[in-house]
Amino acid sequence: MDETAQFIDFCINILFPALADGLMITVLLVLITAPFGIAFGVLLAVGRVYGKSYGNWICRLFVGFVKGCPLMLLLFILYFGLPTVPYVGVTFDAFTASIIGFICCNSAYNSEYVRGAIISVKEGQLIAASALGMTKRQAIMYIVLPQALRRAIPGLSNEFIYLIKYSSLAYMITLVELTGAGKIVFTKYFEPGVFFVVGIVYLALVTVTTVGANALEKKYAVPGTQKR
Amino acid sequence: MSENKTDYILRVEDIHKTYGDAEVLKGVSFNVRKGDTIVFIGPSGTGKSTLLRCINQLTVPDSGRVWLHDEEVTNSGKKINRFRQKIGMVFQNFYLFDHLTAIKNVEIALIKVKGMSPEAAREKALYELRQVGMEDFADHYPAELSGGQAQRVSIARALAMEPDVILFDEPTSALDPELTREVLEVMRKLALEGMTMLVVTHEMGFARSVATEIVFMESGVIQEIGTPAEVFGDGGGFERIRSFMGKIGDLSGD
Repeated sequence: MDETAQFIDFCINILFPALADGLMITVLLVLITAPFGIAFGVLLAVGRVYGKSYGNWICRLFVGFVKGCPLMLLLFILYFGLPTVPYVGVTFDAFTASIIGFICCNSAYNSEYVRGAIISVKEGQLIAASALGMTKRQAIMYIVLPQALRRAIPGLSNEFIYLIKYSSLAYMITLVELTGAGKIVFTKYFEPGVFFVVGIVYLALVTVTTVGANALEKKYAVPGTQKR
Repeated sequence: MSENKTDYILRVEDIHKTYGDAEVLKGVSFNVRKGDTIVFIGPSGTGKSTLLRCINQLTVPDSGRVWLHDEEVTNSGKKINRFRQKIGMVFQNFYLFDHLTAIKNVEIALIKVKGMSPEAAREKALYELRQVGMEDFADHYPAELSGGQAQRVSIARALAMEPDVILFDEPTSALDPELTREVLEVMRKLALEGMTMLVVTHEMGFARSVATEIVFMESGVIQEIGTPAEVFGDGGGFERIRSFMGKIGDLSGD
């Protein structure tokens, strides 16, 4: 009992304050990345399904590159690599480098979910829109995407959950987010319980996301089409 | 055909279309006057639906031309979207926008394509839904409608654009007889009100009572054209139409 009390005391006085700072960074990373990740993901998907020549080619190349590159390596390149490139060298702080890397990764994978959802929208929807005099752009904006995005919600929320967890890679380029904060406390106090607590925090974040995504799915479900 | 060409609202001239090895349309020409209801009949796979799609360029013909009034619809580039507002289309499988309620299905092109205000579009959409007897279902989604109801909404959607002509591509082929009747009723009413319509259908009763002209297509060409009185009367000719109708009659046990 004494040990438990000691651990609780340790948590309240040392661990929680340290984790709170890390959690703040993790939440910021996720909340800044996700909107851009979704927006670019949709653009990439549209480019890949409907884009012609250059646009299509650039989207494919980008997604192929990001999918083929370990995220940790991408972060290393952004943080350590880019400043050393002659003439064009740019230096990002760790937070910015992380955000850029995460947006690349998140949007590439999101684009796959959205692309699949776009393809699943029946061809007749686009035909009917064209027959009414809509341009291709209008048909995509007002008819295809509203349907596709609804279907992409489960995939996008899945990717959001991945993002929460792989945001811990930012620690590899010195950014002390949630996992990093836990690691630092552990190194100082050799208290393995730290990692369980960190795990519970991630679990809470993921659970909140899942509940939110389910609510979103329900809210935007088209009556008569989705069985629940 | 000695009339002035300006008598015609729509002119179709020598349309050819080939898919791979299959020559679906081998030179189809015809003219449509304002208020005409032209009914296309013929065996499946003879290019009737392709012909309709060539008129509003959903399918681009290999050669041949289409004129609406005196403007060429074919080879019109970006202007095609203006023509498509004037050429309505109703599909076999309705193609209602799945994520929109009945009224929004009718509204959306009014707002996005015609640039109407949401209020004006709503009023117009309600009016058109009333025309097809669907105003009570304005807030239903397509998945909540029967086939006949969905098709009536899709007719309202086409009507709302105030087209010069509406193309009906087998509008009742996906419906059972009961629902077919309610859709045909709406179409009959439209024809009587003077809407110009091109209808691909197997409904001989409709052809007989509503058509101004019946066009029999087979093997990618127009084989015979006649008024219902000529086709269904005692006069000579029209062997092919009659033999085709005989086959349909046999199948449906008439």
